Amino acid sequence: MPWDRNQMAARAAKELEDGMYVNLGIGIPTLVANYVGEKDITLQSENGMLGMGPFPIEGEEDADLINAGKQTITELNRTAYFDSATSFGMIRGGKIAAAILGAMEVAQNGDLANWMIPGKLVKGMGGAMDLVAGVGRVIVVMDHTNKHGDSKLLKECTLPLTGKGVVDRIITNLGVLDVVEGGLRIVETAEGVTEEELRAATDAKLV
Amino acid sequence: MKKIYPNAAAALDGLLHDGMFIAAGGFGLCGIPELLLDAIKDAGTKDLTFASNNAGVDDFGIGILLQTRQVKKMISSYVGENAEFMRQYLSGELELEFNPQGTLAERMRAGGCGIPGFYTKTGVGTVIADGKEHKDFNGETYIMEEGIFADLAIVKAWKADETGNLIFRKTARNFNPPAAMCGKTCVVEVEEIVPTGSLDPDKIHLPGIYVHRIIQGAHEKRIEQRTTRKREDA
Repeated sequence: MPWDRNQMAARAAKELEDGMYVNLGIGIPTLVANYVGEKDITLQSENGMLGMGPFPIEGEEDADLINAGKQTITELNRTAYFDSATSFGMIRGGKIAAAILGAMEVAQNGDLANWMIPGKLVKGMGGAMDLVAGVGRVIVVMDHTNKHGDSKLLKECTLPLTGKGVVDRIITNLGVLDVVEGGLRIVETAEGVTEEELRAATDAKLV
Repeated sequence: MKKIYPNAAAALDGLLHDGMFIAAGGFGLCGIPELLLDAIKDAGTKDLTFASNNAGVDDFGIGILLQTRQVKKMISSYVGENAEFMRQYLSGELELEFNPQGTLAERMRAGGCGIPGFYTKTGVGTVIADGKEHKDFNGETYIMEEGIFADLAIVKAWKADETGNLIFRKTARNFNPPAAMCGKTCVVEVEEIVPTGSLDPDKIHLPGIYVHRIIQGAHEKRIEQRTTRKREDA
């Protein structure tokens, strides 16, 4: 059985080590926070916060306290606030250990596309280009194939790039792959998924 | 040094002209200068270029100036929450320059610090790098981005003293300090003006040197995405 969203998030949480400062993207990456267990992880929200807490209890929402997805959140006792230039200074400066984010396409050389589809309404890249260019490790969490059943792991991206050669590891519903010299290397498959099945669903070169 | 004005219209008097370049603070609808945006709408100033991370929603934030067709160009990182914006952009009425969010913040900060250009890794190998100078440092490629020098900065803070020293609150700080820094003139709206001497000098987020005019007013502070959990789950 391929992993579901929560299993993918749980697998991604294993990538995080005690003491890390981490930025989580929208969607499945947000769920990773539910699976860090006892590890001491500090979440960054790029609109200007380290130490992001859970959603507020009903009635305690604060318009001045939101995450990068514009959702109301809470602070923790370790929280620090800062301005956007400082926030992206720590991102660009490599102080954030890892970013976990979704993608539309990843190429075998680590190219990432996740911000626009030509001909469709373009909303903007937000902080994605800064994150993938700056953080220590870029981990993509996404379905292995799109809704037409086509591989999202490609020889070359067809969509406009968010970053060139930036992805380190990809966690899909079928397994885990690393970007290495010459292509992608299978690290593990989801329980019940065979290496043959993963290979058959992958367009990118596997080495 | 008289920086306090009675209201937003008075604080903007003499500063607005058609075709001007305005840097605005805020992230989404959080920490936006809502009173000053209202006053710019009432003033009817046209052909505005805004450097602002977002473009508000249809009836709040910069969205209200799109309704009245006062905006010529937006420099933003994300504009997804605004239907009128998309309509004007797709019909060619509105120019749009996408900047990566950190590049936009740094362009404002740099402009405010007298730095006309800087090099960044962000966007190398993407459409953002098209036409920009590339330069290698220590074996890595960077692109040059330019500092922003705006005619006017409009900013929202939580508290100001009478000399313009500012304190922001939680994530409403966001783009406000860099926007304030890059404006030739900076007008700030706050929830409370307190007597000079009542703020702890060690806790000032932005010194008053960047602040030229201040107003105090009541803010709607609209929430864009109200997400909560139940008390029994906490």
